[in-house]
Amino acid sequence: MARRDFSAARLPGFATIAITVFVALYAPILMLVAYSFNAGDSIAIWEGFSLKWYPVAWNNAEVREVTLRSLTIAATASVLSTTVATMAALGTTRRRQTRGQTFIYLLINQPLMVPEIVTAVALLIFFASIKVATGYQGLGYLIAAHTAFCIPFAYLPIRARLEGMDLTLEIAAGDLYASSWQTFRHVTLPLLAPGIGAGMMLAFVTSLDDVVITLFVKSAGQDTLPTYMLAQIRRSVSAEVNAISTLLLLLTVLLLTAFFLLTRKRD
Amino acid sequence: MRDVAIEAVSLRKVYGTDQHAVVALDDVSISIRKGEFFTLLGPSGCGKTTLLKMIAGFETPSEGNILLNGHDITEQPPNRRPVNTVFQSYALFPHLTVRQNVGFGLSMLGRPAAEIDEVVNRALGLVKLEAMADRKPQQLSGGQQQRVALARALAPSPEVLLLDEPLSALDLKLRKEMQTELKRLQLELGITFIFVTHDQEEALTMSDRIAVMSSGNLLQVGTPKEIYNHPVNRFVADFIGETNFIPAQVAGTTATIGGDIALPVDPASPQGSHTLAVRPEHIRIVPSGAEATLRALITESVYFGTDSHVRLRLANDIELVARFQSDEAGGDAPPVDTEVGLIFAPGALQVLED
Repeated sequence: MARRDFSAARLPGFATIAITVFVALYAPILMLVAYSFNAGDSIAIWEGFSLKWYPVAWNNAEVREVTLRSLTIAATASVLSTTVATMAALGTTRRRQTRGQTFIYLLINQPLMVPEIVTAVALLIFFASIKVATGYQGLGYLIAAHTAFCIPFAYLPIRARLEGMDLTLEIAAGDLYASSWQTFRHVTLPLLAPGIGAGMMLAFVTSLDDVVITLFVKSAGQDTLPTYMLAQIRRSVSAEVNAISTLLLLLTVLLLTAFFLLTRKRD
Repeated sequence: MRDVAIEAVSLRKVYGTDQHAVVALDDVSISIRKGEFFTLLGPSGCGKTTLLKMIAGFETPSEGNILLNGHDITEQPPNRRPVNTVFQSYALFPHLTVRQNVGFGLSMLGRPAAEIDEVVNRALGLVKLEAMADRKPQQLSGGQQQRVALARALAPSPEVLLLDEPLSALDLKLRKEMQTELKRLQLELGITFIFVTHDQEEALTMSDRIAVMSSGNLLQVGTPKEIYNHPVNRFVADFIGETNFIPAQVAGTTATIGGDIALPVDPASPQGSHTLAVRPEHIRIVPSGAEATLRALITESVYFGTDSHVRLRLANDIELVARFQSDEAGGDAPPVDTEVGLIFAPGALQVLED
């Protein structure tokens, strides 16, 4: 084969652009991680290596409280949104194509397209009226909001997995005396599991780092880790935030690696 | 009618509505006996798979009924029918082991684990896959997967086993092996097999009876011999085996071909303008001096080992294909351009309606 296929990698300037992009993407993150090991409390002047900010962050009661709140919201919202997304994915792929299909698809993915700030304001107003009517001030509002915007993130990998699934398998299960529920429980669900796992992890990560919607929806004393960090940075910049960010980064990387491994492994 | 397993009564299936309606099955009635190896044969799109799916319960007929052992099962969902299917794509569950796949049906029926174990072992023994029991389907070869699919469908001891072109994905040698295997299993178990194929050779070698289908219609039902030797029309004759077709005028016991050659035919033959059919192996080639029905000239001869395929031209330019059996002395067909005589075996000449 003498003719070489077109490849962007052979265009002039490719390496330069690629390197610039990678530096722009990762240099700030690397700096953040590096300064979390700074001995001084500045995030601009290097004063030597130290691990002291990690215990400082760990022993900060406020940090522990907001982290716990963030994890609670993310865990609940990811489970709820994945359940809804699984049902939605089954509904949109397991039925005969209908005319409204595209519309339903758009509806499910709405949170990806509507500007976040619009959703945030809308939720603020909506929840405010509920708060007045019911008097309930709890975490429910945040969980509901997070569940809503996490649905499309959970939906996409589940739908992809369902579309790649051989429908004959479900027919075969029915042929072998399985009821609809047994077919779902013993064939569809196990085959769908990697997609559901992936969807849940994406939803978890998405919920964990949300700032805009959380800021608008949260009541007093309901700071999550990201909104707490934002508040800290506004007040005074401290390397403690770097340490928290680094831990958050580590958690995200772990989750996304697991997500990658789950979606890559096809049987 | 205690010996009838499956009875289809005036089945009709129409897809779509009004102008876009496609008739997949057009008033098909059929009786399949208990313990029979019954084949639905026809080209793709003839309705054979639709009929199979209706028996399995994957499709509902637009009209008509399906009876199993005399009971109407038309409205029963697939999981309530004691009928199992071997799918063309095998449809093995990729997340389950071979053992779990084979045991799936029984475990859905809620049978005790000990019984399932025993039946699964027996089923795996039947298809000689005991050694593979704990593997996943994707670790097996195509032929082995095929056997798992077979064992899985047989394990719940169905009244009727449906096989949807199960051998089409296998290579020739494996296919031949599986044909013998299937036939052996069917005789051993005495289960009714309904087999769908478009391969006429497969149908002829395995079946007790064959139903030939075309564009949603049932053309002929009969034993392989009946179908091969007495096809009811030109389509069946053409689809099964090789046949010479010659336009002919039939009057009484005489069929006239090419305007002036008269040949004797069965008196019960349809009269008028029809097609005369004769199988190549029913034409005997004799030396030109011998007594013969017809004279012909050999225009082409291709040697196939056991026989030669010979192309013949009659006096009025009509062409025929015949087989010349090689004899033990290595005798070969006469060379091209030889003048020969032709003799037709009794009943070889058949008048067919189009």
